[in-house]
Amino acid sequence: MKFAVIVFPGSNCDLDMYHAIQDELEEEVSYVWHDETSLEGFDAILLPGGFSYGDYLRSGAIAKFSPIMKAVKEAANVGKPILGVCNGFQVLLEAGLLPGAMRRNEKLTFICKQVGLKVKNQKTMFTNSYGEGETITIPVAHGDGNYYCDEQTLDRLKKNNQVVFTYSENINGSIEDIAGITNEQGNVLGMMPHPERAVDILLGSADGLKLFQSIVKHWRKQHAITT
Amino acid sequence: MQLLHEPSPSMIKQEKVYKEMGVSDQEFQMIEDILGRLPNYTELGLFSVMWSEHCSYKNSKVLLKKFPTTGEKVLQGPGEGAGIIDIGDDQAVVFKIESHNHPSAIEPYEGAATGVGGIIRDVFSMGARPVALLNSLRFGELKNPRVKYIFEGVVAGIAGYGNCIGIPTVGGEVQFDSCYEGNPLVNAMCVGLIDHKDIQKGQAKGVGNPVLYVGASTGRDGIHGATFASEELSDESEAKRPAVQVGDPFMEKLLVEACLEATKHPKLVGIQDMGAAGLTSSSAEMASKAGSGIEMNLDEVPQREKAMTPYEMMLSESQERMLLVVERGSEQEFIDLFEKWGLKAKEVGRVTEGHRLKLVHQGETVADVPVDALAEEAPVYHQPSKEPAYFQQFQQQAGYRPEVSDYGKTFKDLLQQLTIASKEWVYEQYDYMVRTSTVVAPGSDAAVIRIRDTEKALAMTTDCNSRYIYLDPYEGGKLAVAEAARNLVCSGAEPLGVTDCLNYGNPEKPEIFWQLERSTDGLSEACDVLATPVIGGNVSLYNETAKGAIYPTPVIGMVGLIHKLEHITKQSMKEAGDVIYLLGEAKPEFSGSELQKLTEGTIFGPSPAIDLEVEKLRQSQVLQAIQAGTIQSAHDLSEGGFLIALAEKAFGTSLGAEVTIDDSDVLAAFFSESPSRYILTVKKNQQEQFENLIPEAKAIGTVTDTATIKVTDKQGHTLINERVQPLEDAWRGAISCYLKSKD
Repeated sequence: MKFAVIVFPGSNCDLDMYHAIQDELEEEVSYVWHDETSLEGFDAILLPGGFSYGDYLRSGAIAKFSPIMKAVKEAANVGKPILGVCNGFQVLLEAGLLPGAMRRNEKLTFICKQVGLKVKNQKTMFTNSYGEGETITIPVAHGDGNYYCDEQTLDRLKKNNQVVFTYSENINGSIEDIAGITNEQGNVLGMMPHPERAVDILLGSADGLKLFQSIVKHWRKQHAITT
Repeated sequence: MQLLHEPSPSMIKQEKVYKEMGVSDQEFQMIEDILGRLPNYTELGLFSVMWSEHCSYKNSKVLLKKFPTTGEKVLQGPGEGAGIIDIGDDQAVVFKIESHNHPSAIEPYEGAATGVGGIIRDVFSMGARPVALLNSLRFGELKNPRVKYIFEGVVAGIAGYGNCIGIPTVGGEVQFDSCYEGNPLVNAMCVGLIDHKDIQKGQAKGVGNPVLYVGASTGRDGIHGATFASEELSDESEAKRPAVQVGDPFMEKLLVEACLEATKHPKLVGIQDMGAAGLTSSSAEMASKAGSGIEMNLDEVPQREKAMTPYEMMLSESQERMLLVVERGSEQEFIDLFEKWGLKAKEVGRVTEGHRLKLVHQGETVADVPVDALAEEAPVYHQPSKEPAYFQQFQQQAGYRPEVSDYGKTFKDLLQQLTIASKEWVYEQYDYMVRTSTVVAPGSDAAVIRIRDTEKALAMTTDCNSRYIYLDPYEGGKLAVAEAARNLVCSGAEPLGVTDCLNYGNPEKPEIFWQLERSTDGLSEACDVLATPVIGGNVSLYNETAKGAIYPTPVIGMVGLIHKLEHITKQSMKEAGDVIYLLGEAKPEFSGSELQKLTEGTIFGPSPAIDLEVEKLRQSQVLQAIQAGTIQSAHDLSEGGFLIALAEKAFGTSLGAEVTIDDSDVLAAFFSESPSRYILTVKKNQQEQFENLIPEAKAIGTVTDTATIKVTDKQGHTLINERVQPLEDAWRGAISCYLKSKD
């Protein structure tokens, strides 16, 4: 299976994402520079964290205009797994691939720490390796992680089981403790916590590895059927 | 045309315009002699910044010479952007610390942010990949609203820059004392990794080679920043807000990536960042080090604002700028390389014969001065030194002993003293995990980051207990180095070397110079005995306001090598049933201690003394015992003493401790801060092996799973019996509690 890590100017978790896939998941992975236009040959697309374009204007607001984003949308449309973490999530929101928006953290300061996450839907292609209702430990590191959407959107998210992760303790003011959501089709996941930072117990937690393993498991199953 | 606004050479002399730039009568005469004529306004500007204390170390040079700076592993000592130490396998560690005190006093967010940006450039300009940031911060007492504002702004500024650029802020220290009220200290340290073959130097070699300017364009910000840093703060300092630069971490992120690519290019000759004194220092130093000259056409300098004068361009401290010298003919390759990162590289001059810095603007030569005169020949002063009256007085106040009636209450009060309280409020704002290498996060004795693709790791810390240095600069200096090394040893590392940031008051005052002199004696001696050479650093003088000088604060940044990942040791207790050992004796010395500060609201008396040979022996014993795999957790005893260290070992775990002390002097056993002491925990089945390695360590109790801290004396009387949770809550909440309080 081949993963792409999209690199925008100002991305800074690209290295972490790359090493999580290469060293811990042991799958193929390449960086893709933001001005590329094709994602052909990649089976899953990862949008890493960081401060694309310095977060100037609004987090993710400029990155959505990068040439590669057209290819990301096409990949989303054909059902490939797309994972946006932290700034990657913000880019997916700005690009309209996921509903809702991000605000400054409630306390207005950046927060970096390990947090507890509840897996609310373990039937997605990103969470099929987790247990039902499992609580996992994954770090967060963000200043704009206060998720918001209007009531109709929230109803839809809940009805479709699109809320995938919630915080055990609401750290940033997000509506209904939301930490991660998918699109309606379930192939685009955006989340503020960093699973790529939780793949090696030496650094505090390996609970994020199952997320990447889920993607591979899903792909293998699908691949076995279609070929 | 700009000359209309600038005084003529004769006016400069007659009206002593140079005094506004911090140049003395005598120095002006020297400049006149060097040039053989009167300097024009631009030339005077060049001299004034290059001869400022910040750039020339003219008041501290005589003392800096005392530091041991060599060692078999030292690949680069002081003099370049940052020092370099070999760590084996053709890799090396690069590190440096620098102050940004005065800018942060005036404009905390940008002052702190650009301090971080500047130190990162020092490291990557050596060709190294920056992998970690640390800091050392001092503020006034947090009750003062202005102090709160500065504290919150500084922390946000450090976070804003470091988080955005994606280099983890893994450690540091924060202390509060009223002497820092109007003059906070913001020292930032950066650690980088490099392969030996990639080491760069800031040299302008090869006559005819082009000089390239890369990065942000030049604006009017930060003009005379170096001069501003070299004078006392006063009410007029607010008017110098324009001397504070504004940072753009996004630009710097691009600059890091592009410059690291450029340093791998075989046709790069030299690279240096434009830090203090901007274009002036980078060009003059690069030429001076290479024994060449540089000629620049200032019309080619990218400018952010219209009608900038040569004076403004040369003295601007706009951030995120680098100067490169490349081989003639390869300039387009470099321009293309930077273009890929969205950055403009522009040829602004060339390397010349002779040793002169020549500046041309609108077809006219506007400056022509010898480079060595700027970079190397600043006057050196040996300021008069005088033992201050307070010191004699303190020396005669030995035997101070506070009254403590309730050990449990004092224990809790100490945990909430801000110097001891958890710094979580601070470090949770820093992304300390990005680059996924942080094995030991902030909050332990030292931070540890692994070195990818090896079995090794680096431990790093910043330390300085300025209270002891104030009481006795010589002993205090030794204590600061020893504590830094002890912290590294506790994490399983062999200390490698030091970068120091010497923060003091006005050196022209003999009592301040005496502090500098005596403390650098102490620092040098300790660095020598502990075999940790000083490979670079920074001097920040004139840290005073109308209310007086800060405590002498020579911050020690130290880096150590952990040879195997399995040696990494944390301060937290690990398992119930482990045996608790205490290494080192508590003496009844309380002057300068946290307990004295708590009880008296101030400090006085003689500082504790340290025996460096004992310190060295214990460090090697503890390191050996860690490397032999016999130690589960290790923590040194510092501010607050034994009980505080024991509590810190329990915090963040669900464990507790039961110990018995056999000291007749309970007060000293609990609260003395005597140096060279450790609390270590050891598995039961490894006790024998451990005791063979450290026979002096005393077993004093056990790690329990009841989450209480219980201390009894030999007769079985309970002295302390406290649940860990309330202690931990008080310790964790103290800083945010202060910030919320309105008084």
